[in-house]
Amino acid sequence: MNAYTTVIGLEVHVQLATQSKLFSPAPAAALGEPNTRVHAIDLGLPGVLPQPNRAAITLAMKAALALGSAVQSTSRFSRKHYFYPDLPKGYQISQFAEPLARGGAVRIDETRSCRLHRLHVEEDAGKLTHTDLGTLVDLNRAGVPLVEIVSEPDLRSPSEAHAFLTELRHVLRFCGISECDMELGSMRCDANISLMPHGATAFGTKVELKNLNSFKMVQRALEFEERRQTAVLAAGGRVAAETRGWNDESGESRPQRSKEEAPDYRYFDDPDLPPLVIALADVDAVRASLGELPRERAARYRERFHLSDVDIAQLVLDRTTGDWFEQVMAHGQDAKTVCNWLIAEVLPVLHNSGLSIVTFPITPGRLAELLQLVATGALTLVSGKRVFHHLLTRDQSPVDALRELGLDRILDVETLRPLALAATAALPEAAAAVHSGKAKALDALKGHMMRATRGRADPTVVDKLLRDTIAAQFGTP
Amino acid sequence: MTALWRLSAATIARGVAAGSFTASEVTAAHLARVHLLDASYSAFVETWDERALATAAAIDEDRAMGRPLGPLAGVPVACKDNLVLAGERTSAGSRLLAEFRSPYTATALARLQAAGAVLLGRTNMDEFGMGNTTETSAFGPTRNPFDPSLVPGGSTGGGAAAIAADFCPLAIGSDTGGSVRQPASLCGVMGLKPTYGRVSRSGLVAYASSLDCVGALARTAEDLALWLDVTAGLDAADPTSIAAERPATPQLTARKDLRGLRIGVPREMNGPGLDEEVLAVTRTAAQLARQLGAELVDCSLPAVAHAVATYYLIATAEAASNLARYDGVRFGQRREGHGRLEAMMTRTRSSGFGDEVQLRILLGTFALSYGYAEQFHGRAARMRARLCADFATAFANCDVLLSPTSPMPAFPLGSTHDDPLTLYLCDALTVPASLAGLPAMSQPFGSTHDGRPIGVQWTASHGRETLLLQITHVLQQHSEHHLRRALP
Repeated sequence: MNAYTTVIGLEVHVQLATQSKLFSPAPAAALGEPNTRVHAIDLGLPGVLPQPNRAAITLAMKAALALGSAVQSTSRFSRKHYFYPDLPKGYQISQFAEPLARGGAVRIDETRSCRLHRLHVEEDAGKLTHTDLGTLVDLNRAGVPLVEIVSEPDLRSPSEAHAFLTELRHVLRFCGISECDMELGSMRCDANISLMPHGATAFGTKVELKNLNSFKMVQRALEFEERRQTAVLAAGGRVAAETRGWNDESGESRPQRSKEEAPDYRYFDDPDLPPLVIALADVDAVRASLGELPRERAARYRERFHLSDVDIAQLVLDRTTGDWFEQVMAHGQDAKTVCNWLIAEVLPVLHNSGLSIVTFPITPGRLAELLQLVATGALTLVSGKRVFHHLLTRDQSPVDALRELGLDRILDVETLRPLALAATAALPEAAAAVHSGKAKALDALKGHMMRATRGRADPTVVDKLLRDTIAAQFGTP
Repeated sequence: MTALWRLSAATIARGVAAGSFTASEVTAAHLARVHLLDASYSAFVETWDERALATAAAIDEDRAMGRPLGPLAGVPVACKDNLVLAGERTSAGSRLLAEFRSPYTATALARLQAAGAVLLGRTNMDEFGMGNTTETSAFGPTRNPFDPSLVPGGSTGGGAAAIAADFCPLAIGSDTGGSVRQPASLCGVMGLKPTYGRVSRSGLVAYASSLDCVGALARTAEDLALWLDVTAGLDAADPTSIAAERPATPQLTARKDLRGLRIGVPREMNGPGLDEEVLAVTRTAAQLARQLGAELVDCSLPAVAHAVATYYLIATAEAASNLARYDGVRFGQRREGHGRLEAMMTRTRSSGFGDEVQLRILLGTFALSYGYAEQFHGRAARMRARLCADFATAFANCDVLLSPTSPMPAFPLGSTHDDPLTLYLCDALTVPASLAGLPAMSQPFGSTHDGRPIGVQWTASHGRETLLLQITHVLQQHSEHHLRRALP
């Protein structure tokens, strides 16, 4: 067994889902033709000054509060200097000595959580594309607001790092703070890892891992690094303090730069930006707007609706799904039934169409009405689902829909009698089997009648009618 | 009748409004004078004749159509070459930006345009504002209209020379450590540096962001009050901008004399080490103020002794940061590095920036570098706070401070090239107000035995530009120093 304890800390960059950039009115969506979403401020033209975007600060505060971090009453923007073509001003506006928030934690599982060191706001850099003709610079992304979340070195395994990221993404998505899509770059992660002998209190030399483009890559790179450092230490060697780049294809990391080569960023307070002073009342207002967090909501659903953990996990994936569920529930339905319809019918439609539940064509009220029709027996389950699909493209009440579809339930015995006779004629063996006591054989006959009525026949009436018909044909046993 | 080019901004605005003359006549007269004389002084880097005449014609048409005119309608204004104007070149005195054209206009200029001012052209300056002789400009030096063998001061040397030579009644400048006040003093004109943030910096090519102020030069306090009223105030494009006070112009004549005014005379700014003739001129101003009812009080600003060192640490650190963007990637004249990025950036910056700018970038980079930032930049920031406290103490006991503007009068071109330290000491009396963000003015109050102008500096507490304008206005009503002209 491994003689070392693994110590991992993560630095996660998350793009805030704002309309405009952190310091300019240009749109923050980094899509579109290169260099079309660029203001003079993003270009760092002579004479421009940053114009702080209050919405971005509010969203960053929301992130901090969702993670239990303490928003500082005064924080400052700093300049971080380095020369690179993706950085128009020659410095990035970030926060250094006084970040927006400190502390907080992310739950890894029911018993463990990882503390957060700090959370700060900064602007993104542009994007470079290296071609045969030279390097192309796209500044659409330059100035997009980010928060950097730095964890304490509390993680003890690569799988804990994976769990940390999963939970972090869940909370941030749930609260509408970020899309958190690693493939699209709206979430990025660097990992620090060191090993120390079991029981030791002093951390070993840490290595920083970069170029981690998915949660899986984070885990794989950490696992590789865990093995590599173990081998170095076991052979009596020393781990070098360095930054390593992960290559997912080869499944290994390579040194990028040593500690001695670390750049001097020459941080200092940005004189263009006054200190960011946040009143307690503002913090309270943002906290109030935050609403319920996913864990709180899950606990409430468990308590109030007695749903299974699997069902609840689906309902709290994002805030709007749970909100929609609760709107249906407000009309007094059975929780498990609503949950089943949501998971089996609504979510697949959303998934296939790319629609948001907020604009789902069937309102929660109408779904409740439909479920009521099924619950009272006015509609069969099969017909209920036909009405559901009918309503996806029409602005109708379920009652109007079922009439239009001719799906009113058939209760009238005389209407159904010829169909019962047809069923026993078509399936004489089944009829005989029922007569000889094999009740299960009745299902085939029922199915025949349901197909004939396209599910409209009332199952209770059909059941009795078939038994009566068979009894009449074969005589009472 | 007085030549149009000799009129003040206020007189021109009144005359245009009254129909005594047209904006087109005023503009043509000023342009003609520039073209006749500026070859000897190089106050302007470029004049915008077509634009200026078109603006003037539009104002004349507005008047003909009975449309309302702005408070500076028809007034020719010179703009320092570090304020951007959409479509025109802005070079900040640098080869690196020789062909740079901005897509947007500086707030300070946009507000002038909205007030009806006629922008005449851009004036010469020390490269990126770094210098106090206008000799570091990539476009050659500007000469002092009182004596072309002398420097005009800097970095707004072009603007100061333009006022001294009667090329225009109003010139916009910028003042980081004295760049409006010192050339005003050396050229015998009035110069105002407002409170930090009073005028938006949006569109001002940055030198040192925590010190940069847009200021103005003119011949009268009245013209500077007019300028301040149209230019000052909050601007969404500058997060450090502050709201305007009540307009200064209507309050300008509120004082007939200086009774009740307490004038502090800081020992550290009026003592040994200064030119005797400069000190004599300051005493003249103090005497006149006392005759007009002011009370002179002794005061002390101990931290002033460290102001120059503090200023050069803070200003160079910020400058190194602000000038990092000139890397040849997006603008500036790129020098190829044969496929190597760092080589391209190095070549571009080494050939594009002049020596003084490169020196200050190196000093500033050093002051912020790992292991030295606390020792240099950190200490400077604390000394700056001490200086602010010194000023606060002084202003508890007086309304305004009086000192010379510059330790010495204008000196010959080329005389300080081997002596940067002496040159930096030129700023000793102007950097204190810059570091504290206070409003300050330079006012001509005499000259040396050989006719070189000498100015005095008035410094007030935050937001009290109006008090400075009132004092200098009263003094102008009782003295004639500002009427002395350099050229016929």
